[in-house]
Amino acid sequence: MKQEAFEARHAIEWREFEGWLDGRKRARSEGGRTPDTAIAAEIPQRYRRVCQHLALARDRGYGADIVDRLHRMAVGGYHALYAERIPSRSALLAFVSSKFPAMVRGERRTLAVAALLFFGPLAGMIALLQYFPDLVYYFIAPERLAGIEKMYDPGADRLGRTPEADSAFYMFGVYIWNNIRIAFQTFAGGLLFGLGTLFFLLFNGFFIGAVAGHLTQAGYAETFWSFVAGHSALELTGIVLSGAAGLKLGMALIAPGRLSRTQALITAARDGAGLIYGAAGMLLVAAFVEAFWSPLTEFAPAVKYGVGLAGWVGVAAYFAFAGSARGS
Amino acid sequence: MSPRPGTLALDTVRPVATPEGVELDLRLAGPIGRACAWLIDLLLRVTGMVALSLVLIPLGQLGMGVWLILLFLVEWLYPVAFEVWAGGATPGKKLMGLRVVNDDGTPVSRWASVTRNLLRAVDFLPVLYGMGFVCMLLNRDFKRLGDLVAGTVVVHVETSRAASVIPDAPPLAPRTPLTLEESRAVLEYAERAATLTPERAEELAGIPVRLTGTEDGALARTRLLQLANHVIGRRQR
Repeated sequence: MKQEAFEARHAIEWREFEGWLDGRKRARSEGGRTPDTAIAAEIPQRYRRVCQHLALARDRGYGADIVDRLHRMAVGGYHALYAERIPSRSALLAFVSSKFPAMVRGERRTLAVAALLFFGPLAGMIALLQYFPDLVYYFIAPERLAGIEKMYDPGADRLGRTPEADSAFYMFGVYIWNNIRIAFQTFAGGLLFGLGTLFFLLFNGFFIGAVAGHLTQAGYAETFWSFVAGHSALELTGIVLSGAAGLKLGMALIAPGRLSRTQALITAARDGAGLIYGAAGMLLVAAFVEAFWSPLTEFAPAVKYGVGLAGWVGVAAYFAFAGSARGS
Repeated sequence: MSPRPGTLALDTVRPVATPEGVELDLRLAGPIGRACAWLIDLLLRVTGMVALSLVLIPLGQLGMGVWLILLFLVEWLYPVAFEVWAGGATPGKKLMGLRVVNDDGTPVSRWASVTRNLLRAVDFLPVLYGMGFVCMLLNRDFKRLGDLVAGTVVVHVETSRAASVIPDAPPLAPRTPLTLEESRAVLEYAERAATLTPERAEELAGIPVRLTGTEDGALARTRLLQLANHVIGRRQR
């Protein structure tokens, strides 16, 4: 069939299809739904016909104009039909209640390594500083340390605050901006053969350990530990999870196994993204607790330790049982 | 990868096969266009955050808290939001006519968008997307590290242009049947004839002597248009 006859025969069909695509595009840019036109139900068949016409037009050597036009239609239809589905609300619920904890259980070896890299230096520093208190100055400058000490002054009526930053909501913003950023950087650092992740895990382990060890030894033990107890479970676990996600990227580069490095990275990132969603969610809740609960001094330290312990038990139980056959 | 017959072997066009058995062409976007898009986005983000700070900072620490949360969102999730909910393009990309798609040409998936945007932290190193730039030069698809890991590419959006009309002329059958390349070349010439200066049109028409049988530009031009009318199947009026 000659080009002009071909164009004439399918002109109406193509115009309708283009009209539907334009309507969809307009609706999307205005944030609405695709209008329910008469041909909406036939779009899959019509798209396949457009694909067939494109193949014919190319094969028969029709002009560039008509081939380009059909190509545009085919691309538009492809994007419309092969888009990812919008997740339902139940998908989010399923992620929190079963998919995420199951994913974490599946990564327990990577997670153990990340936990060791983070909690190892943390615990080591706390222990070390009890016997060699001066070592803290290798890690933290004296002025900074003085600032930190002020935050946990036993006389203060709000813990973890400085005079310049004295509002719960402001601190909520600071914790979100700072802590979740650290989690994201820890994940991304995995792409440097895991070295970035290693750095962030070790650095934060040493730093938090140094602060905790110093404050414990310098007589701020009760204020410090009663402050951190509440949010510690969510926050520290969140950091370890993002570390595990980063280590997965690193391992995909170092030991891709039977996949190409690119393919191994894509696989690792697809799993890692799930861990990062979860870690970000946990850090968000942790930021809330840290801003609105942890600074309170109205409650006895024993109560706050109790809440902290309950947090750890809760997090452990969540990852151990949620979504498993036994736990559901 | 050999190009489809009748198409140019441009090295920035990547064909992807669809389940319907046709190939769609992804026209890959290079570093310059993407850098411009990033700059536009940066300008928008900075302007937005400065404007917000003027409103929020006077509200005291509550306002600063809100501002910090917004800063976090704008820093990390601004591209994700636009890529997932606004057709794969941030405002900057949209202005530059770019969009993000998966390797198979489908709209970018959520995990891929999150991944490629979190990994900006690495691509940005040591300064101004140094790693990303080097990485883009080292692979065929202009992928920065985030694109490699997320399995995404940035492509030029297909823009529609006004269809050109092949000038009417009495159809003329060629002396020997045209090959596919020849008939495409004739059609493309005819489609573009109206946009060329007469001198250039005649100069070009003088080249395929085998088709036109003449070296005289004006005559050759007429012949080519006649041939084109024959190829698309116009009847003698």
